[in-house]
Amino acid sequence: MTDELKIGNKRFRSRFILGSGKFSLEMTKAVMENGGAEIATLAVRRANAGGEENILDYIPKGLTLLPNTSGARNAEEAIRIAMLARELGCGDMIKIEIIRDSRYLLPDNCETIKATRILAGEGFTVMPYMMPDLSAARSMADAGAAAVMPLGAPIGSNKGLLTKDFIKIMIDELDLPVIVDAGIGRPSQACEAMEMGCAAVMANTAIATAGDIPSMAKAFKLAIEAGRLAFLSGPGRVLRGGGEASSPLTGFLED
Amino acid sequence: MKVNGKDLNPVSPMTVEDLVLSTGRVPDRVAVELNGKIVPRAEYPRILLKEDDSVEIVGFVGGG
Repeated sequence: MTDELKIGNKRFRSRFILGSGKFSLEMTKAVMENGGAEIATLAVRRANAGGEENILDYIPKGLTLLPNTSGARNAEEAIRIAMLARELGCGDMIKIEIIRDSRYLLPDNCETIKATRILAGEGFTVMPYMMPDLSAARSMADAGAAAVMPLGAPIGSNKGLLTKDFIKIMIDELDLPVIVDAGIGRPSQACEAMEMGCAAVMANTAIATAGDIPSMAKAFKLAIEAGRLAFLSGPGRVLRGGGEASSPLTGFLED
Repeated sequence: MKVNGKDLNPVSPMTVEDLVLSTGRVPDRVAVELNGKIVPRAEYPRILLKEDDSVEIVGFVGGG
């Protein structure tokens, strides 16, 4: 049986959601291909005269686009951005991102729940970026979210899975895919998230700030696949103390 | 009129399509909001902009 990531009515083989920010347009294709990503995030911004070329020309065909609502400070602004994103004609998936705090860039769960309800009602496949809080996640599920995206650490920080225990609670208690979004800095951290049962990992800055950007995308791909396989395999137990021989305790070459 | 928050005073009448093309954009790669309402693409050539209109033209950029 194929191991698929199910988000709303869509199915994916890859469990790596890749951001497209902070690296050159020319590098986009290599990053997406090396990462084996099937979902790429995008932002919506004013298109002014003399602006840069269109990123859609650089993202490989066949990828599912996941626009975010970055820049939104409340539910109303997020809804407006989501509607414009859908009008751009790349499907109905939306990553809700509502941030009022400009220092730590932490998401506002209350406004996010409101936006989730309205956008799900408008037929969007809603993926809210959130603080890892079980009761807020339950409200988002009730509001019609197709997945939840708790942060591992502040956006762009590369600090890793600082919120690990709270994300684990969400994985254990929710029926929705739990996707770690933000803060993951290294493949080992992405692997750890997958080992504990995350449905997918989203990363952007970790790759964009690496020495060799396309190569780091591949390292993440491999780590995410390894972590998923480990989760499906069921990690072995941990001893409370002492050791346990791996080789037989009989037939030693001694009297 | 206001376009993306900036004043614009075109010398001759402009449709939404004219405005989009004047920014160097392709109509099927943008979304347009006119006075807070999204304009369907098919309407771009038919809507003549007025002096007191406020227009937002947006597109996708790289982001996380």
